[in-house]
Amino acid sequence: MQRIGVFVCHCGSNIAATVDVEKVVEIIRQEPGVVHAEDYQYMCSEVGQAKIADAIHEKGLTGIVVCSCSPRMHETTFRKAAERAGLNPYMVEIANIREHCSWIHKDVEEATKKAVILARAAIAKVNLNAPLKPGESRVTKRALIIGGGIAGIQTALDIADAGYEVDIVEKTPSIGGRMSQLDKTFPTLDCSACILTPKMVEASAHEKITIYTYSEVEKVTGFVGDFTVDIRKKARSVDMDKCTGCGVCQEKCPSKKAPSEFNRGLSNRSAIYTPFAQAIPNVPVIDREHCLKFQKGKCGVCAKVCQAGAIDYEQKDEIVTEKYGAIVVATGFDVIKLDNYDEYAYSQSKDVITSLELERIMNAAGPTKGHLERLSDGKAPREMVFIQCVGSRCADDRGKSYCSKICCMYTAKHAMLIRDKYPDVNVTVFYIDVRTPGKNFDEFYRRAVEDFGVNYIKGQVGKVAPQPNGRLLVQASDLLDNRQIKMEADMVVLAAAIEPNPDVRKIATMLTASIDTNNFLTEAHAKLRPVESPTAGVFLSGVCQGPKDIPETVAQAGAAAVKAIGLLAKDKLLTNPCTAHSDELLCNGCSTCANVCPYGAITYEVRQVNDHGIREDRRLAVVNEALCQGCGACTVACPSGAMDLKGFSNRQILAEVDAICQ
Amino acid sequence: MSIETNETFRPKIVAFCCNWCSYAGADLAGSSRLSYPADVKIIRVPCSCRVNPMFILRAFEKGADGVILCGCHPGDCHYSTGNYYARRRMTLLFSMLDYIGVENGRTRVEWVSAAEGVKFSATMNEFVEKIRSLGKNVRLGDLRCRS
Amino acid sequence: MITGKKQAELIKEISGVNPLKCMKCGKCSATCPSYNEMDIKPHQFVSYVLNEDIEALMQSESLWKCLSCFACVERCPRDVKPGKLIDAARQLLIRQRGQEYLSPDEVPELLDPEIPQQLLVSAFRRYRR
Repeated sequence: MQRIGVFVCHCGSNIAATVDVEKVVEIIRQEPGVVHAEDYQYMCSEVGQAKIADAIHEKGLTGIVVCSCSPRMHETTFRKAAERAGLNPYMVEIANIREHCSWIHKDVEEATKKAVILARAAIAKVNLNAPLKPGESRVTKRALIIGGGIAGIQTALDIADAGYEVDIVEKTPSIGGRMSQLDKTFPTLDCSACILTPKMVEASAHEKITIYTYSEVEKVTGFVGDFTVDIRKKARSVDMDKCTGCGVCQEKCPSKKAPSEFNRGLSNRSAIYTPFAQAIPNVPVIDREHCLKFQKGKCGVCAKVCQAGAIDYEQKDEIVTEKYGAIVVATGFDVIKLDNYDEYAYSQSKDVITSLELERIMNAAGPTKGHLERLSDGKAPREMVFIQCVGSRCADDRGKSYCSKICCMYTAKHAMLIRDKYPDVNVTVFYIDVRTPGKNFDEFYRRAVEDFGVNYIKGQVGKVAPQPNGRLLVQASDLLDNRQIKMEADMVVLAAAIEPNPDVRKIATMLTASIDTNNFLTEAHAKLRPVESPTAGVFLSGVCQGPKDIPETVAQAGAAAVKAIGLLAKDKLLTNPCTAHSDELLCNGCSTCANVCPYGAITYEVRQVNDHGIREDRRLAVVNEALCQGCGACTVACPSGAMDLKGFSNRQILAEVDAICQ
Repeated sequence: MSIETNETFRPKIVAFCCNWCSYAGADLAGSSRLSYPADVKIIRVPCSCRVNPMFILRAFEKGADGVILCGCHPGDCHYSTGNYYARRRMTLLFSMLDYIGVENGRTRVEWVSAAEGVKFSATMNEFVEKIRSLGKNVRLGDLRCRS
Repeated sequence: MITGKKQAELIKEISGVNPLKCMKCGKCSATCPSYNEMDIKPHQFVSYVLNEDIEALMQSESLWKCLSCFACVERCPRDVKPGKLIDAARQLLIRQRGQEYLSPDEVPELLDPEIPQQLLVSAFRRYRR
């Protein structure tokens, strides 16, 4: 029988307001095996932890139950406290009486009753706990970054600068991501390419960084410290070692009707292409869908003009398998599709564009060489309207429930730049709220209004209708003047909501990283562990975790790098000791467990056993504790009941069931 | 033994929640203060595939009126395939339980992710309501443990 | 006499609208074709119900200027449905009046050539005995 100490936390009033803590202590004190019970304001505080240590010393406790918040919150805290006091940390169990009790119930009597039952279940479990010792696993000192935008590049640079090998896997033919598509950046109006390109070059020149562009992560196995990843290098049809990046092939390519992804489809590119002039690597890719050689079988112009002989039509996808200790997801975002927003006439008029498209139009390398003009007739606009929150903050299924965060600022930027460069153009912004939290952000927005004369009107636009004269009728409300506005505009710019890159769901599944209903990756703790995924060894960088602007993305990228470096700096990791093990007297060597094990952790060996005096050689299941992750699939599959899971044994769970159903 | 009417009937409900998704979902329901009846008691397991049919039988034997198993959404399992095993096992177990008189409404498998606090609380409210309408479970109870 | 609070409850119940969901973007007023005819504007219906100032809403001309075209319902990003509030307020007023239905004979002199046909039809549906 264990000597159990029960510690009930008030959590200030979080628990004590709904659970009669003293009464719980009083009842639990009577439970068999409980030799000590007390309550305290904050069990997780230093004083609270000292109380646990004191009780271990004074009463010779062998098991601890802490009735407090979720074990996901403070299990480690209490285990460490117990360990410092000389108790095996795995002799601590948590009864979750906050998230699963006090916070969801209002009736004190009922909540107190439930808290007692939850405590009893934990006591029943701890009675059967056994001291466990974690094993060790090695750490592969190499990191994988999925996504080569500013988030991925920054994370890679930070990790590589710390001296570790880093691989970046980027889906498109060049690194750079969304930031490479931007013209200027708020609130300083730096040219985006001017600040990004040096980073791209630095990453590509870094001796510790390997960049796989036009590649995708295909398969991930393993666990923290020891992931094995298959990377599919899609056939580029161009030999990366031979190509000199002269660009003649792109010039001569006769198929020039492919929509340019980089220019958001506003211009066309050739079938053999680099997305933009500063692309890294500066090696083109043949888009086989649009290539005459691949579609019709004849052409081959690029191969003929290539002096280096780099064109290779026979190239095939290649799978590279590599081991990593840490994985950082930096998959970024895209703009939502606006097909469902008929009222804004996005699909009816070429002059209704998204902000990202405007970004390309304003850019000197863009489809209009940086001239602000209407895409329908090439005329210079006189009147421009910006519409905020298109698809953001929506309760319906057309848009997204969240605020996309960056739109208020980039719209102020666009408005300011247009007023600066084309003072005769009137700019009107229709907003619901202007949200500018950030250093120098509100000042920036005010400058747009006060110094640049941008007309901000509080009210949403109801509809945009193309007129026979080629202009656009904008009907909106002005809530502060309480009037309806009907005005003609030459161009309308929609601040469309952003959403996580659609591929992230596939990647999250491969990594077994959790993802929320909006496809943003979930952090391990919303406040205290914002750059870590709940899956150990997986870190989050940039917009894949939630909407953010460039400075925030870079800051988070650095934070993710630090977390990854912290992991890579270790030589060994302590493994979860809650692994499966097989009772050699019960095991009949049937292989059922090995078949269900997702990690291949179970092997068989013939060993001599002493079964009640009978010595014989038997085929037995052996669990490799370094590989076992403790899911417990084998324990249920085992027909003879030989397999059990340490820390969550059959007897422990049955004892919990019994205590609850008592 | 008194006859319990539906107003006073407080069912005993055991919820098995996997550590990675559903337990976190239950935590989120808690931190979002989304209430559900106190009749539900949660047991944490590493994965839904850790739940042995034996545990569920034992719960009914000891007087539980309903058992619900929550795991990660298909494809999102932390151990990649655990919830598929759980789904198959529970399909078989529940149909057997139904056959011996523990109605299908008393057993349930639900996928709840770590971000679905709302779903967790809604599911529990619904499940408790269902069990209340079914009344006390009389099958499988071990008479030896009754007073 | 029913209080404003009770009336507001009734309007919410009839319309099935939760005015608390409104984020005051004004898209309803922006989209409304009879905006200029109204004394209380579509986006204001929501705050009138929220403030339980139903008496003013009932006195309002807007009740009879709304075309029930439901553009505001369709476009509202928060699923608040201001048009349904107006509809509910109209119903409430009619219920309060009791049996004051129009007889077909009275209709011609009430007719205004400017009245949209749609309103005429929906008025008929509502007032016929």
